[in-house]
Amino acid sequence: MLKIKNLHASVEGKAILRGINLEVNPGEVHAIMGPNGSGKSTLATVIAGSEEYDVEEGVITLNNENLDELSADERAHRGVFLSFQYPVEIPGVTVTNFMKTAINETRKAQGLKDMPANKMLKLIREKSELLDIDRKFLSRSLNEGFSGGEKKRNEIFQMAMLEPKLAILDETDSGLDIDALRIVANGVNKLKSSDNAVIIITHYQRLLDHIIPDFVHVLFDGKIVKSGSAELAHKLEEKGYDWIKEEVNA
Amino acid sequence: MKLKEKLISSFLAFENQVDVDTYVHDIRSEAIKTFEDKGFPNKKEEAWKYTSLNKLLKNDYSVFPKQENALEYREVKQYFLHDIDTYKIVFIDGKYSSHLSETTHDAMDICLMSAALSKPKYRILIENYFNKIATKEGITSLNTSFAKEGAYIHIPKNKLVEKPIQIIHFSTGSEAALMLQPRNLIVVDENSHVQIIERHQSLTSNPVLTNCVTEVFANKRAIIDYYKVQNDKQDASLIDNTFINQKQESHVSVHTFSFGGQLTRNNLNYYQNGQRIDSTLKGITLIGDKQHVDHNTLVHHIEPNCESHQDYKGIFGDNATGVFNGKVVVEKEAQKTNAYQSNNNILVNDKATINTKPQLEIFADDVKCSHGCTIGQLNEDALFYLRSRGIPEKEARALLMYAFANTVLESVKIPELKKRINKLIANKLGVNIGFDL
Repeated sequence: MLKIKNLHASVEGKAILRGINLEVNPGEVHAIMGPNGSGKSTLATVIAGSEEYDVEEGVITLNNENLDELSADERAHRGVFLSFQYPVEIPGVTVTNFMKTAINETRKAQGLKDMPANKMLKLIREKSELLDIDRKFLSRSLNEGFSGGEKKRNEIFQMAMLEPKLAILDETDSGLDIDALRIVANGVNKLKSSDNAVIIITHYQRLLDHIIPDFVHVLFDGKIVKSGSAELAHKLEEKGYDWIKEEVNA
Repeated sequence: MKLKEKLISSFLAFENQVDVDTYVHDIRSEAIKTFEDKGFPNKKEEAWKYTSLNKLLKNDYSVFPKQENALEYREVKQYFLHDIDTYKIVFIDGKYSSHLSETTHDAMDICLMSAALSKPKYRILIENYFNKIATKEGITSLNTSFAKEGAYIHIPKNKLVEKPIQIIHFSTGSEAALMLQPRNLIVVDENSHVQIIERHQSLTSNPVLTNCVTEVFANKRAIIDYYKVQNDKQDASLIDNTFINQKQESHVSVHTFSFGGQLTRNNLNYYQNGQRIDSTLKGITLIGDKQHVDHNTLVHHIEPNCESHQDYKGIFGDNATGVFNGKVVVEKEAQKTNAYQSNNNILVNDKATINTKPQLEIFADDVKCSHGCTIGQLNEDALFYLRSRGIPEKEARALLMYAFANTVLESVKIPELKKRINKLIANKLGVNIGFDL
């Protein structure tokens, strides 16, 4: 589904990604771990189509289509979803209005008519129940005054509404207490199928106790330096990243 | 002949059509002298530093349209708030249109200035209120000297006027260029509540310059919600002069939606003559091309324990220019005043300009006064966030601009009007998003 070959990206002339190779197939869960500043969030936003970074080399394809020329919204229309590490507050736009606009703009791009209002309401109800979201929450301005946990839960709610092919969860576990973590993980697990794939970006093992990855990759200094099974995440939790750094430097 | 001279000589012709033996005639004669003396404002005056009328004043405006023009409702229906029942006071090229209007004398007067100025039964009211708070500047005096037609609204005490009142001035373009001097008087007595929507609408591309004066009196505990919809044609300009006198515990709000026209100047002046008064001034300016919108506000806090709230949002594209000049005066006696002012602007490109200037003159020592102004661009992170959810760039920008302006929109109390403004904003931004979902 997703193929990344030799991806190099920089911001203001500073190289952040230095040759990433990654292949994600339908039905798979990949975890990307690594120390601060290794390029994890950059990788996530570059896949989602941020124009903040210059892609200097390499290709990203989704179902054999080159994403290079596609804007963030066009990538979303093809099924890419990024759960933001820091969701942006947008006063004046309610969660509900935002979701309606996002869904109908996506449908428009796919040549479909607007979703009928009653169907939309039903979908919103269904998905908000899945994530244990209070109805009142939906008429609040998007992310405005939300707690860290509410923001993250709202991201997964949006994911549930948009049903992406490829979901990238960028530090979704940070700011979540144990209960919220369980709700979010449960939501992601329920949305998982043999047709879609998930990339989880995280510092810690704890989200991976709830969403079991098929593969774990370690990103260091802009490169994937080690890949393995779920076992690798446990080892990292136990030993930290120093041994990886030593291995790389050796 | 220059416009000023033309107007002064037209005054003689104007006198021939009106009853000169009235109380108002003396006021008019006085006013034309003031205009002769002071003339049009120029950029040397502090309050007109960023707004020049020079170009507009070069047009050879007709002062009196030669013919009476009629319009069919279906031709102009789109400019009315037509999905709810309303009173309507409609003028075509400065003349009253009984055909398009819906007035009343039933327990209150929602009718014409020309009737109020000429009929004896209105005389006391006119003597008490007419031209009492309009300033004696050149431009307002010009209007006063030609004051003849406009809306006259008098709501006696303890009345809740359930239907909003629409005041609409159409210009048909039957003259190559037309200058209009509408004059409105609104008196709302104790405990009464009224909602008013005002619009000036040109129907062709012939130049129109409207110099409008409105005097509003809110007596004890009166509530007035006033909405000004300014979405005129490219060659239409408006100088709107509104003066509001508030008595104790009255609430008056004015929302100004400036979406079009060549030049729009809003002089909005509040005088608080009583305690526990609430004054609200809000506006959304959304313009492009070479359009110019200037908000010049004054809130005069004279007595203690009053509040004022100002919230103006501006979005400027292309070569558009904007001005916000907000003056708040707090007199020594006006202790415990709570005055809030905010003016936030987005410049969509680097050719658009905004000049914003808060002006606070505070003579009392126990007050809460705050002001703030910002000028910025759209937040790129927010834009990426929206786009990553499948919302294309144009729509994402529109959504952010809408969200930015929403603090003004959310206090519009007529749902149908809110819906209409939402639609105007979407049209203006060139998107088809139902903001009012």
